[in-house]
Parts: sequence; C-alpha cells; structure tokens
Amino acid sequence: MIRISRSAQPSALLWFGRGASAAASLPGLILASAFVGFAGLAREAGFSLFESLLMVLSVWALPSMVVLVGAVQAGSGLVAAVVAVSLSAVRLMPMVMVLVPEMRGAKTRRWVPYLLSHFIAVTSWVMSLQRFPNIPRDARTSFYAGLAVMLMAFNVTVVAVVYLALPHVPAPVAAGLIFLTPMYFLTSLWGAAREKAGLAAMAFGVVLGPVLHAVLPQGDILAAGIAGGVFAYAFHRIGRARS
Amino acid sequence: MTLTFDAVDAWWWPVFFILMAGAAATDVWRFLGVYFSARFSVESEAMVALRLLATALVAAVIGNLIVFPSGALAGTPLALRVGAAAAGFAAYLAASRRMAVGIFAAEAVLMAGIWMEA
Repeated sequence: MIRISRSAQPSALLWFGRGASAAASLPGLILASAFVGFAGLAREAGFSLFESLLMVLSVWALPSMVVLVGAVQAGSGLVAAVVAVSLSAVRLMPMVMVLVPEMRGAKTRRWVPYLLSHFIAVTSWVMSLQRFPNIPRDARTSFYAGLAVMLMAFNVTVVAVVYLALPHVPAPVAAGLIFLTPMYFLTSLWGAAREKAGLAAMAFGVVLGPVLHAVLPQGDILAAGIAGGVFAYAFHRIGRARS
Repeated sequence: MTLTFDAVDAWWWPVFFILMAGAAATDVWRFLGVYFSARFSVESEAMVALRLLATALVAAVIGNLIVFPSGALAGTPLALRVGAAAAGFAAYLAASRRMAVGIFAAEAVLMAGIWMEA
C-alpha cells in the first residue's frame, strides 16, 4: 500500500477504506451504466478487450474515451485524434484546479496530487467535493484515493464482463446498453453546465456533430466542437453585454 | 500518409496510439491543473471559452452517437433513437434534473419502440 501522507498513521488506511466504500452509491451506479455503454461501443467499433481496458485505465474520462473511439472509427490520423481528445479533456484542468486545493494538506507530499489527478473525472470530483467538508483535511487524499481506486477497479470489471458477454446478449438488449452512453452524457453534461452559454454550447454541438459528419466525416467532431464553442462564446458575450 | 489506428501492423502501435491520443491528451490537462492550482483562478475568461468549446465537442459526439450509432443500435430507426433521447431528456428536466430518471425513461421508450417494431 502506498503511503499517502508523511504521517501515515493507521487512520490513512481507515480513510482509504471509507473512500472505497463511498464508491457504492447512486452516482457510482450511474457511472457504471455509462461504462456498460462504453464496453458495447468499444466492442462494436472493433477494439480488442485489451485495448478497451487500456482506455479505461489510462484515459479514465468517458467523454475523451468516446471521442477517441469516434476518431479511430472515422479513420482519423494520430495528430487529429490527439487534438480532438485534448480539446475534449480541457475541462479536466479547471476541475483539478478546484479539487486539488481542497485535498492538499500541510503534510501532503508534492507528487501525491499529480498521482491522484489521473483519477479525477466527473463522478469522483462531484462526490469528493460534496464529502470533503466532513472529512479532516489530513485524511482527504487517503479518502480520495480509496474512492477513486474503487471506482476504477469496479468499472474495469464492468467493462471486461460486458465486453465478453455482449455477443451472447439479444440484439435489443445490446442496443439498449449502447444507448446508455449518449443518455448518460446528455443528462450529466446539462447538469454540469455552469453558465447559460454552456447549454447553448450543448445544443450547438448536438446538432452540428451529425450535420458536419455528413460533410467532413474525418474532422466532424473537431469542427463541430470549435464552431459550437465559438457560437456559444459569442452567445455568452452578448448575454453579458445586455445585462 | 495518415497515421490511422490501423496504419502500422505491429502489436505496439494501437497501444502507442491509445497512450498518446488517450492518456497523454487527457493527463496533460490534469497535471497542468495540479501545477496551476496554487497559482491561477478558475474563473478567467479564457477558461470560460475553453469550457464552452469542450462542452460543444462532447455534445457533438453525443449527437453522432444518436444519429450515426454502431453495432446493434444501428439496427433501430433514427426517429426512434431521437425520440427516445428527447423523451429521456424531457423526463430528466421534469424530474428536476435527476439523471437516473432521464436515463430510465429514454431506455423505456427505446425498448418499447424496438418491441413494437418486432
């Protein structure tokens, strides 16, 4: 077991355990449903089981994983895929900037937030921000590590099981499982939007994605993201100038 | 030549592709977030613009997943998928933004549609 803080007293392990058990919750269950959808998506797109699990472990951000699958499916080159996935992951930076000061204690070693930041994605971010006020500061990195590792371990298992089971599942059920991914994002993205323009960005993106797919099959996601983002930002400026 | 996912016939190429376009492309933002967390505010104007761009990008992916799906979902009619997504989204808003309600409603409409077609 990694020593999370310099004063690794027995309580660090206790808080790691509390974090791990916090993963069993409604948000955790909803996240698992999205990973069920991802397993179906990756398998249908032609990824091997190993490649699918590697994506879960090394990327650990569903929107970026879905963008990556979409880019590979569209036959994008490595550079275009890097650009598209990077743009989808920019949102992680402000999320990390909000969470890290909340969990850094006086004794936290410098590398610990870097290691833990790999596990930051929407679900653990929301859950830990909710619970941190009731957790002693020195215990927060341990709690977060437990929560994050448990969420990842559970969803790796989910992806492996669904990937292997998918060919034995009736087609309507498989269709329903794959449909979980867009519905998870449609609802979670709306809930996470901070400014009104975020809702405009979503509306622009949902429409522009398929429209541009017909015109630019290889660069549709990137083009729709940039165009939708620019429109939404203009909307944001106009709305603010009026008020 | 475009370096696609199948461009190089070697076991390590897909792994390299995933680590570059997947892991590196996401972790760079996480590490920058840790680095900047002690130095900058989250509420700058550039941050707003970036957040909107990222939202539109992910939304574009959602749109494509509904309109141009793969595998078993591709066998369902477009109108059913759009209708199910719209119904689920309406239920989500009506239930004061409870995700579980929205997802369940969308799945119910999709399943009912598939069952009626068959």
